Amino acid sequence: MHKEEIYTVKSPYREDMTIWGYRFGKGEPAACILGSVRGNEMQQMYICSQLVRALKELEANGCINANKRIMVIPVINGMGLNVSKRFFGVEDMDINRGFPGKVNGDTTDRIAHGIFEKIKEYTYGIQLTSFYMSGEFVPHVRMMETGYQNTSLANLFGLPYVVVRKPSPLDTKTLNYNWQNEMTAAFSVYTNKNDTIDEESARQAVAAVLRFLTRMGIIRYESHSGYISHVIMEHDLTDVHVEMGGIFKGLVKPGEDVRYGELLAEVIDPYEGFIRETITAPTDGIVFFAHTEPLVAQGDIAYRLIHRLHL
Amino acid sequence: MIEEVFSVELPVGEKLVIKKNRLTGKEPFSKRLAIVTGIHGDEFEGQYICYEVARRIMGGIEYFNGTVDLYPALNPLGLDIADRKIPKLNMDLNRMFPGKKNGTTMERVAAAIIDDISGADMCLDVHASNIFVKEIPQVRVSEEFADKLLPYAKLLNTDMVWTNASATVHESTLTHSMNMLGVPSMVVEMGVGTRIDRGYGSQVVDGIFHLMKEMGMWDGSVGEIQYPAISTDGEVEFIRSRITGVFLPTIEHNHYVTKGDKLGEIVSPLEGRILEEIIAEKSGLVFTLREYPFVREGSLLARILTGIGEE
Ligand SMILES: [Zn+2]
Repeated sequence: MHKEEIYTVKSPYREDMTIWGYRFGKGEPAACILGSVRGNEMQQMYICSQLVRALKELEANGCINANKRIMVIPVINGMGLNVSKRFFGVEDMDINRGFPGKVNGDTTDRIAHGIFEKIKEYTYGIQLTSFYMSGEFVPHVRMMETGYQNTSLANLFGLPYVVVRKPSPLDTKTLNYNWQNEMTAAFSVYTNKNDTIDEESARQAVAAVLRFLTRMGIIRYESHSGYISHVIMEHDLTDVHVEMGGIFKGLVKPGEDVRYGELLAEVIDPYEGFIRETITAPTDGIVFFAHTEPLVAQGDIAYRLIHRLHL
Repeated sequence: MIEEVFSVELPVGEKLVIKKNRLTGKEPFSKRLAIVTGIHGDEFEGQYICYEVARRIMGGIEYFNGTVDLYPALNPLGLDIADRKIPKLNMDLNRMFPGKKNGTTMERVAAAIIDDISGADMCLDVHASNIFVKEIPQVRVSEEFADKLLPYAKLLNTDMVWTNASATVHESTLTHSMNMLGVPSMVVEMGVGTRIDRGYGSQVVDGIFHLMKEMGMWDGSVGEIQYPAISTDGEVEFIRSRITGVFLPTIEHNHYVTKGDKLGEIVSPLEGRILEEIIAEKSGLVFTLREYPFVREGSLLARILTGIGEE
């Protein structure tokens, strides 16, 4: 293992924020794995730290294949993590909306540029990340439809789902999109939590990344075969909205099977405690995303369902 | 007449309501001008503009033809706490257009705004920079629509019109969406976040009545109108900090500088010394000047409009 400085940001009254990379193996740039780009992505940081630990052991046992180099960057926005701010600095900029970055741009552009220059040459890029909406997902691998995406490679993580998203103009500034533009096969791995640590889903994510690296011939690791992934298009998901604001009482979790008409959630009046609204499933399906915050506004998405195909 | 454009129930005993004031003169259906502001909750210059336009129209209603719609607060939750973005969601409303009618709550807000403005003959989106830098009154038009918009932009009595090369993210702004829908739309930018400069405001309001006169919407008198410097990206010199510290400008905003002039210094309060002197590398008008003292590497200090004669 070799620890190297990727980029350093200075601050008037705080210590330097150094972004550290951990390198394993030698030779061709095979795979790069990124953790917490945002200051609330604690689960993502935890997963990466566990990957560093596992890869260090694998390297000591001679299990990194010859001429294969792996880089892991567990933390980007350390300053944000220490003060519970998702985005960077007083400008409150999302580093994951700053790629590919600019060498002469503002601070966030420079951070993104500094990172991107060091990671764009890798064949495979894996980012552990979170969605802009808070809530919980079924663990999945997400790819942008750029024309270069390869869902059959994404299946090799062995997670239950692979989701393909049509990029919006905003998505063109994400790392995933820009990696693919540089011909890196890029994958975003979503687990079910962000700002809390969930041991089980972290283990699942570490296993998925190690499984992928094994199947791509980068490491040798005894892994279980995982799931056979279903590939879904994001726009095929069925959104279930709430019609009223209030306290949200969710009754089903990501991954659960639901039947048409089944009770999914209740919206409770925040003053008088009665049930204002009951949310039922508009279709048979599997819960892909669930709103988990205690409050909802009118029109919020309570669930996103994968419409189940009847065999 | 005060009208509700969009309303959505928040979780606890409150609705998010977007309001507009519709002012009608003779032949109300002949022409419609929409003036929107408050997309960014830390910008207040548009508050004065809305007030002053309404006041002058109502004071001279006999000179007024057509319809003016004033939208003083497109991001009411943000304005309430001077949050630039949409509070809680932490997203920039001006990166969410054209929105989605059946999307998330804020996507619906964006779609409703677009819907309401659609059909207008002209849309002005008034901004006040941000809390970091101060701007002279200027119109910003994207290169894509410059041919169509420049004749109108020149009427607005600003000091400058900046034809911006459009970055991909600009595709998600309100003005871009309106222009795509065939409503000529321009960004008017002036001042600095969280403040109102009445002089700048009155100057732009004179310009708005000048524009209305040209559109056949105003028969009353119009103040003395100046015509702006027209510039493109190639003539704008960005000056960014190379160091972290506290910026102390030594020049006034909205003044001409000559190559070699000192613009300011970056100091260390802890050490009591100057870390870097900022020197103009080109002559021109300082149209943007930093107000916010803390800077990091990459922070914008000033923008100079070059290629114009000295006073
Ligand atoms: Zn603005």
